[in-house]
Amino acid sequence: MEALIAISIGTLTACGIYLMLRQRTFPVIIGLTLLSYAVNVFIFAAGRLVPGLPAIIAKDAAGYTDPLPQALVLTAIVISFGMTAVIVLMALGSWLEAGHDKVDMDEEEETRA
Amino acid sequence: MMSHWIIAPVVLPAVLAPLIILAMRRDLLLQRVFGLGGTLAMLGIAGALLVAASGNAPEVYRLGNWPAPFGIMLVLDRLSAMMLMLTAVLALAVQLYVISTDWDARGRHFHALFLFQMMGINGAFLTGDAFNLFVFFEVLLIASYGLMIHGAGKDRLRAGVQYIAFNLVASTLFLFALATIYAVTGTLNMADIAVKVAALPEGDQGLIRVAAVLMLSVFAIKGALVPLQFWLPGTYANAPGPVAALFAIMTKVGAYAILRTSTLIFPPETAATGSMVGDIMLPAALVTLAIGSIGILGATTLPRLAAFAGIASMGTIFTAFAAFTPEATGAALYYMIHSTLATAAIFLIADMVSDRRGNATLTAQPRIAQQGLLAALFFANAIALAGMPPLSGFIGKLMVMDALREQAALIWSVILGSSFLMVLGFARAGSVLFWKSHATGEAHEAPHQGEPLAFVAVGGLLAALVALTVFAGPVKDWLDGTAAALHAPAPYIAANDLQGVN
Repeated sequence: MEALIAISIGTLTACGIYLMLRQRTFPVIIGLTLLSYAVNVFIFAAGRLVPGLPAIIAKDAAGYTDPLPQALVLTAIVISFGMTAVIVLMALGSWLEAGHDKVDMDEEEETRA
Repeated sequence: MMSHWIIAPVVLPAVLAPLIILAMRRDLLLQRVFGLGGTLAMLGIAGALLVAASGNAPEVYRLGNWPAPFGIMLVLDRLSAMMLMLTAVLALAVQLYVISTDWDARGRHFHALFLFQMMGINGAFLTGDAFNLFVFFEVLLIASYGLMIHGAGKDRLRAGVQYIAFNLVASTLFLFALATIYAVTGTLNMADIAVKVAALPEGDQGLIRVAAVLMLSVFAIKGALVPLQFWLPGTYANAPGPVAALFAIMTKVGAYAILRTSTLIFPPETAATGSMVGDIMLPAALVTLAIGSIGILGATTLPRLAAFAGIASMGTIFTAFAAFTPEATGAALYYMIHSTLATAAIFLIADMVSDRRGNATLTAQPRIAQQGLLAALFFANAIALAGMPPLSGFIGKLMVMDALREQAALIWSVILGSSFLMVLGFARAGSVLFWKSHATGEAHEAPHQGEPLAFVAVGGLLAALVALTVFAGPVKDWLDGTAAALHAPAPYIAANDLQGVN
């Protein structure tokens, strides 16, 4: 199971980074989303992968899984969800204003400020 | 005794900002009154906390009264109290400027976003929990996204998309770092991490080194350390002037986080990391200094000049941090106070000049209203930023250089060389802006409403620099005490009263 999780985190990260380096806002946003998925799984794995055990300590349970990473993942999901919404709106706004969706700014725009 | 005032700098803006959005979104005057009132109250609270922190050992506020390391802690020590004070002073100046120049009327919700930004910054300075630090980073970032595109416009929106994308990547890296730290140490309380990292078995040291470098790069993105500074000029130059002035404290949030983690969790005595943090930081800081000063020389617009001045000052601060001695840290803290105020002032002056000219390019143009006064403010500020006597920039650089005698050949030459470039850059910019306007032949200046409060704001920042110069002795003594406390973090850890779980 560790190998499977590790491979999926690696694949998600690699795809995320590749997409992030594209020129247009849409792939960049998808790339950022994939990267945040990767980190969510990564945080989850940080609490060790223990199958079949409860997250809450009980007297009759043989052990328990670490519940804290699950809470951390929840926070991270909420935040990355909110941030993705913000960047989608901003990308939409800049596409409507500029008429194209290139991420890089050219020399003239950089210096007009 | 647990003082509830410690959480006030976070709670106060968190209450005021929604109130402003919900109850007074149509009334700009009310927004201004409450926004300014909130900042004044935060200034008062920060002052009280500063007095409390300078006499006592670090004080811990337990959220929900859960003991460490299970609950989330806010820790008030001398460094965090000082940063709170600095934030409040800067916020007051920026807010006066915004109200005077009607920047808050060019878009909606300025004051609410401003307060949310304060909440995030104050929280980041106070928190004693690594994951909570991430959360406060996100709070201050999401408010800064709103502030950055305040007043909108094509270039500002597009620069905003870049800014958000960079910071989302940084946030993801931060999460990777935190998860790695949690996987190795099993805790997120910073004091507890410090204890666990110091006693780490050999086999786990590689992982914690990876986490340390990841953390360092996240904070370096915030603090604009080369090679992660590339986002800053485009963002700051396209942001509204007063917002860029407020962002002067944001790079210091990165510097604060680096200082906090590198003295508490990854000090050179720790076997796992050793001198790694300083070894990475020193060359990066020196290149930052060089790039900042070359950028000042090559800037084609006034806000970009200001942005590169900000980058250069971060270079000086990180150079001193990298030495990891109490003496150098004290000097860096002095320079940090100076550079926050001076960088903010140059952004405000840049905004005033651009506003009167209708553009921001560094070319000879006809005279502007209040040219003499603006020129005087610009030159005073340039003297402070370049590190020329008699202002605090000179004293700050002198202290930094004095503290770094051991590597004088390399560090002194970079600091002095970059100062020379900065003097040239500012002299060029100032003479093009203010003196060559006589050569354009047009004697009449376009009329402009006076905005006395804006001059009060900039004058206040410069007056603070003068005060920092005059009282350099007592301030430096206090900062040396702060630095000594940072480099001997035992009381900070003890204040957390960690409950044994092993």
